[in-house]
Amino acid sequence: MSETANMRVFRGDAESGDWQDYSVEVEEGQVVLDVIHRIQATQAPDLAVRWNCKAGKCGSCSAEINGEPRLMCMTRMNLFEPGEQITVAPMKTWPLIRDLVTDVSFNYEVARTIPAFKPRAPEADGTYRMMQEDIERGQEFRKCIECFLCQNVCHVIRDHPENKPEFAGPRFFVRLAELEMHPLDTEDRLELARKDAGVGYCNITKCCTEVCPEEIHITDNAIIPLKERVADRYFDPIRWLGSKLFGR
Amino acid sequence: MVEYERHDYDVIVIGAGGAGLRAAIEASAQGARTALICKSLLGKAHTVMAEGGIAAALGNVWPQDNWRVHFRDTMRGGKMLNNWRMAQLHAQEAPDRVNELEQWGALFDRTDDGRILQRDFGGHRYARLAHVGDRTGLELIRTLQQHAVHNGIDVFMECTVSRLLKDGDRVSGAVAYWRESGNLLVFNAKSTVLATGGTGKAFAVTSNSWEYTGDGHALAYWAGAELIDMECVQFHPTGMVWPPSVRGILVTEGVRGDGGTLRNSDGERFMFDYIPDFFAAETADSIEEADAWYEDKENNRRTPDLLPRDEVARAINSEVKAGRGSPHGGVFLDIASRRSTEYIRRRLPSMYHQFKQLADVDITAQPMEVGPTMHYIMGGIRVDADTAATTVAGLYAAGECAGGMHGANRLGGNSLSDLVVFGRRAGLGAAEDAAAQASAREADDAQVEEIVAEMRAPFERDGAEGPYDIQRDLQETMHNLVGIIRTESELIEARERIDAYKGRAANVGVYGHQQYNPGWHLAMDLQALLTVSEATARAANVRQESRGGHTRDDYPGPNDAEWGNKNVVIRQGADGEMEVTTSPLPEMPAELQELFEE
Repeated sequence: MSETANMRVFRGDAESGDWQDYSVEVEEGQVVLDVIHRIQATQAPDLAVRWNCKAGKCGSCSAEINGEPRLMCMTRMNLFEPGEQITVAPMKTWPLIRDLVTDVSFNYEVARTIPAFKPRAPEADGTYRMMQEDIERGQEFRKCIECFLCQNVCHVIRDHPENKPEFAGPRFFVRLAELEMHPLDTEDRLELARKDAGVGYCNITKCCTEVCPEEIHITDNAIIPLKERVADRYFDPIRWLGSKLFGR
Repeated sequence: MVEYERHDYDVIVIGAGGAGLRAAIEASAQGARTALICKSLLGKAHTVMAEGGIAAALGNVWPQDNWRVHFRDTMRGGKMLNNWRMAQLHAQEAPDRVNELEQWGALFDRTDDGRILQRDFGGHRYARLAHVGDRTGLELIRTLQQHAVHNGIDVFMECTVSRLLKDGDRVSGAVAYWRESGNLLVFNAKSTVLATGGTGKAFAVTSNSWEYTGDGHALAYWAGAELIDMECVQFHPTGMVWPPSVRGILVTEGVRGDGGTLRNSDGERFMFDYIPDFFAAETADSIEEADAWYEDKENNRRTPDLLPRDEVARAINSEVKAGRGSPHGGVFLDIASRRSTEYIRRRLPSMYHQFKQLADVDITAQPMEVGPTMHYIMGGIRVDADTAATTVAGLYAAGECAGGMHGANRLGGNSLSDLVVFGRRAGLGAAEDAAAQASAREADDAQVEEIVAEMRAPFERDGAEGPYDIQRDLQETMHNLVGIIRTESELIEARERIDAYKGRAANVGVYGHQQYNPGWHLAMDLQALLTVSEATARAANVRQESRGGHTRDDYPGPNDAEWGNKNVVIRQGADGEMEVTTSPLPEMPAELQELFEE
């Protein structure tokens, strides 16, 4: 089985760019990334695309396909009608480098600002005990493949790049929640979550959760509990009074 | 005079998978100014694809387990071709490295009493693999990455090293380019660690990502280092076979570890027909015993579904050839009829996801179709077991690009532990070496100019043949002629074809800009791919026996007297041609030899 797909791919760099149309042969079972690779091998050897595992495990090939943020390697071509025009664009939130490749360095900079995991002392034998049910939430968060689609789709920075210095984004709320709920961790990052990471900017529209290819419940399981913990400490009037009176 | 950025470091680490990250962490902890250089973004290296687990004799599930049992399993799995000292250090140190990952934030699955849970895997006598569902590699790389970013390591992402620099007999740094801009960098380094992974992209069907072009093997070889065991290539028995676009993607051995079995088109559990004499004493010979083994390891022997990977891959190959394959040319892997839906989804979530999304197969209801895929190269850069030093001064290697640890066949789960055990040792070795050097040597301009001219040459040949067809032809040749079953006439033909590809690659042309140009990047990667392909084809022709991941149709079975104690060694001769010789294996001390006399 082989059909022809009408692909419309963004080509260009930070200065300028435009859509380019390609007719490409598609085989049974192929994904969008296969088609992009075929364009590279047969029509445009300089078409820039970032990818690694091609199995939905590394989170490199994020793009906007027909306007929807997705991993190219996990988007089957049979999702589309035969003959339908399929647009592939780079993620909008990050500065464009070339074609489908964007500058995601913002995310690596934010990662550096989160204080490292700091475990309590181990048991006498030098190892730790943790119960499975106590780590399951953390394990959900650690499924994150850092595709940055949640960051890309979050309108706090997508529509307002000026917020970037004050807003860490959903991926890092997941990271903060993970550390916050880690049974062994002793570091306090709530002040960071409130102030520098700006968790208060999030107004729970769940766009991030919808695009997560790992199906992490970003809003319900990470952001809302984080907001609650921040609110408990900083905005609970009784606690506020207590801290004024007793200094804690 | 070419323009380039210049950087001076005590230690540079090339590659940021598990081994590279662990090496950089250690070098930095020793006080060395350390740079980590990687072709992709940080955290995307092929380590993320590792699924089943990390092998370490923690003894949490089976207290009878200890490093001696792990050592013995590793050596026997490697058909005794392993460097015994590496296998010993690996088995002894793996538990500490796993516990260290936990101290750095990793969340492994737990036993009922709250310790790290361990799972069964092929060739391991006891359930030994610490794991996180079936995404253990992601956990390992993320833990190391998150630990590393706070350790003052400078990371150069999407930066590819093209050549190592030499100062006399010593490696003194590297020439690299930014993938993003095409701009050049020169690193002056007191010592250099290679941690670049494997060579899978030389083969048509592979579980490996685009980065696996044999860079470290080739960089070391060009710098004068020796490679060993390059004929020993692991074809993982269970890759996806359908649809065509996902052919080769890994299906974790954990499926069989957790109770899945292999069946042919007649519904038979064919592995019982393929138990070799070497493993007969420890392998179940009836379905009843095999199934009972999962629960009671004391009174039952291991299921043949979990024989080492080389054995299982060959068995699948034979079944398909005999006409008992699945509709798309593999065999069936069935866990649906053996375990509950809830169990499968909890233990194997990413397998469930992968088959559902990419193949429309629900693994809780239907069998999977699987077949062999090029997965790992046991062969690699010859290193000293304790320090990870290569045969060239100033150069170290760890992880898949280093040779010796796994002998002729690697056991599942021993790769992730290899990365952290020898990544740490390489970082330590390189940092100590760097501390003994007065200063990093200034790069020699003439050397740099020559390397840069070669890198940019494809742009001068706009209009010539591009790199994609050459890579595809090479992959077909390696798959068809240097694949899972080999024979002399085909290996000779492969070498002739590789020579022809070298001619084509020397005239390869690319067009366009230098900025993120994948055609140009591949044109440069081809040099390494061709070097490692030639090394594998030549070594495979020299070893006239079948052992582990090297199977010769014309020399079936091992020949212990002639080949059992020899490494095949590859180095670049004075005339620039590849030389193939042999050298004796290091001799195992008597107290370790005793472990094999039961």
